[in-house]
Parts: sequence; C-alpha cells; structure tokens
Amino acid sequence: MAVSGVVMLLYLVFHMLGNLKVFFGPGDLNGYAAWLRTVGEPFLRYGWFLWIARCALTAAVVVHGVAAYQLSRRDLRARPQKYAHQRQRATYATRTMRWGGVILALFIVWHILDLTTLTVNPHAEPGHPYQNIVASFSTWYGGGIYCVAMLALGLHVRHGFWSAAQTLGANNPRRDRTLKVCANALALVLTVGFLSVPVGVMIGVVR
Amino acid sequence: MNLTLRIWRQAGPDAPGALTRYQVSGISPEMSFLEMLDTLNEELILAGDQPIAFDHDCREGICGACGMVINGQAHGPERTTTCQLHMRHFRDGDTIDVEPWRAAAFPVVKDLVVDRSAFDRIIGSGGYITAPTGSAPEAHATPVPKEAADLAFEHAECIGCGACVAACPNGSAMLFTAAKVVHLNVLPQGAPERSSRVRSMVATMDDEGFGGCTNTGECATACPKGIPLSGISMLNREFLRGAGR
Repeated sequence: MAVSGVVMLLYLVFHMLGNLKVFFGPGDLNGYAAWLRTVGEPFLRYGWFLWIARCALTAAVVVHGVAAYQLSRRDLRARPQKYAHQRQRATYATRTMRWGGVILALFIVWHILDLTTLTVNPHAEPGHPYQNIVASFSTWYGGGIYCVAMLALGLHVRHGFWSAAQTLGANNPRRDRTLKVCANALALVLTVGFLSVPVGVMIGVVR
Repeated sequence: MNLTLRIWRQAGPDAPGALTRYQVSGISPEMSFLEMLDTLNEELILAGDQPIAFDHDCREGICGACGMVINGQAHGPERTTTCQLHMRHFRDGDTIDVEPWRAAAFPVVKDLVVDRSAFDRIIGSGGYITAPTGSAPEAHATPVPKEAADLAFEHAECIGCGACVAACPNGSAMLFTAAKVVHLNVLPQGAPERSSRVRSMVATMDDEGFGGCTNTGECATACPKGIPLSGISMLNREFLRGAGR
C-alpha cells in the first residue's frame, strides 16, 4: 500500500504542477502536453515516455487496489463479531479511506474517458488539451465530478501520506508531529492546486 | 447512583451470547468499575443466579488482567485500566454497555472473559533475551545510552491487557507487538537477536489471526499505558531491516 501510494503521490505532484500551466494560456499548456510525448528522444521514441509512465501508474493502481482488498478482507476476518455499542472511530479522513479509494478509482476511469481518450469530452479535439479542459469544466457534471473527486483525494492523501511514512518505518516519537503537518500541507497543496483549474474555468479566468 | 447495565452474558465459548439488562442501585461514585460489578455479582449470587465472569487481579492498574469494552471504548471513558476507572465518571441514571474484547484471536471464554493466550505465544516467539540466568549482572557492565533507555522504558510499560486489539477497528495486535519489539531491540542486551526477534514475533502475530494495521491510531488512544503510535513505525523499520538478514 505504502510503496504504490508513494509512487502515485509523486506522480500527482508533477501532474498538479503541469496542470497549473493552464493559467499561462493555450500555447503553454498544449506545448507542455506535446513536450511530454517527446521526452527522452532520441533514446525513447515519440510517445514512449508517456506509455512507460502510464504502465507504471496502472501497475501502482492495481497493486494499491489489490493490497487494499487483501488488507480489508483480513481485517474483517479479525473481528467476526462487531461491538453492539458502536462508536465513531478515528478522524474523517481515516474512516473514509476505503470508500474514498473506491470513489477515486471510479474518478480515474471517468478522467481518462474525459481527457485522455476524449470519449465523453464535449470538445474532443486530440492534441488540444487546453480546449478540451475548458469544454469539460464548462459543463456542470464535468466540473462537479472533478471537484468532488479532488476533495476525496485531499482526504485520502491526508491519512495516506502519514500512514505510508508509518508503514515504511520513517516515523518515531520525535518525528510524528512533523510528519502529520507535512501530510496536511501536502493534502492541502494538492487539493487547492488541482481545484484551481475547474474553479478558474468556472469563474472565467481560464477561457 | 442508580445505573442500568447491559452486559454481555455468554455461558461458554460455543454458547450463544446476548446483552442482558441489569439494574444496580446504591453505587457510590468512589467505587471502581470492578467494585460496581462485584456489588452486582453479590446480588446475583444471593438471588441464585450465575455471577458475571470477568478477569481481574491487582486492581491497581499494573497487571493487565482486567479489561472490558465500556460504551464502545476499551477500558471505558478514561485513559486507564477498568479497575482504575471510577464510577464518578458516569452519571446517575446512565445506561452502560459492557462487552468483552472482540477479536478473532481473543475468543470469549465466558461472559466478559476472553482467552488472550495469543499474546503469550507472541511473547514466547521472541519477546525475551536469551541470556544465562543467575544473579543480576553488575549494573555498569553494559552501558545503555540515555535515549535508548528512555525509549525502551516507554515501550516496556505495556501490560499486555489487549485494549489495543479491542479498540482497533481491524483487531490488529501491532501496537502490542511493537511495544515488545521496540523495548528489546533498542537496548544493547537485545541487539544480538534483533532481526530474528522481529521476524518471529510478527510471523506469530500473523498466524494468530490478528488483523492488519491501517494506522487508524485507535490502539494508542485506548492504551492505558500510553504506548506511542509511532512505536508501530519503529516495529516496521525493524521488520524491514530484519527481513533481509
């Protein structure tokens, strides 16, 4: 869970930074998208870098999902009889890890159909991601789904980052507080960074 | 104080159990939770009923024998053992739910008594130092850094009551195992068996049917001895370090 989660977190940071190019206009964003296909040339051929990244991310998502499933099965088996007196446990972010993860998995499918394969995109012009983004976020459902998913992402990262550090043995009594602050900061920066794009489209900063 | 209690009654390991309602009156706020149960048991015995079975021993919060889930919280609303929980933390007329520790690895023996020998088997698989016994060695023979001594002592406070497993939504024994592994692994006396200890204790923990850790932190919140949650991370580090050796 921790290793695949860290791989996806690293990707998310670069993805978020790349997305912010939308505020510099269509030339910048579309140019950046085109550059992503030529990274590594001539060692790699056109588009290979992108496919390597896609394969690595797919592997990370699958490993993360399978590990979550196995862990959940094991955890449910370890408490066959529930307490009669139920009580709210842990923080909201911690309690929503499982269902939040399912929401994020569904969002990834929608996000790929919307902005990679362009199957459900209202503009759907390959090679023009800026125009596709604006078209998608201009619809109520496109922007809505994205905003809900990013809030779920923030909660997932808030518990996930600290939890990964804990699992990988990076925590100790002196570091605990710092790691929790880092997790909150990372979750906030990612959520605000990703949300800025649909909000920018909705308030007309990005057209 | 007059209280309504809903207590888990179960005649034996395979018998069906249920929450049973009892009324107790004349409870003083100075009584401990166990003394309140003693009062109820005296009434039950006089009435010819079976008394409620529960574990207890020292009744001063250091042995780890007692433990029950009170209103959904292991050891009840205060951060202490059940024997040191006093009735002043409840209000007159309250309804209190009392259940045994719930975990596949802790099967119910009777009423509120569970079999915690899974913990003994975890300790038996590495929670010790292989050394010749006899008279105590000279205290200065093995220097221990202050930081290591403090860390070891913090984790050595574990009394093995099982509240961590009871509180964990996954029924995981990670905090218990972490307390024992960290306690011994940070000391020079425990260093030679550092890797084999962590591997063997974690393997036993898994075999006993405890759940996996999802870092919810419920264990450390419930722990009457305040074993820190970061101990689990130190256990993980020891495990990763020991895995290749």
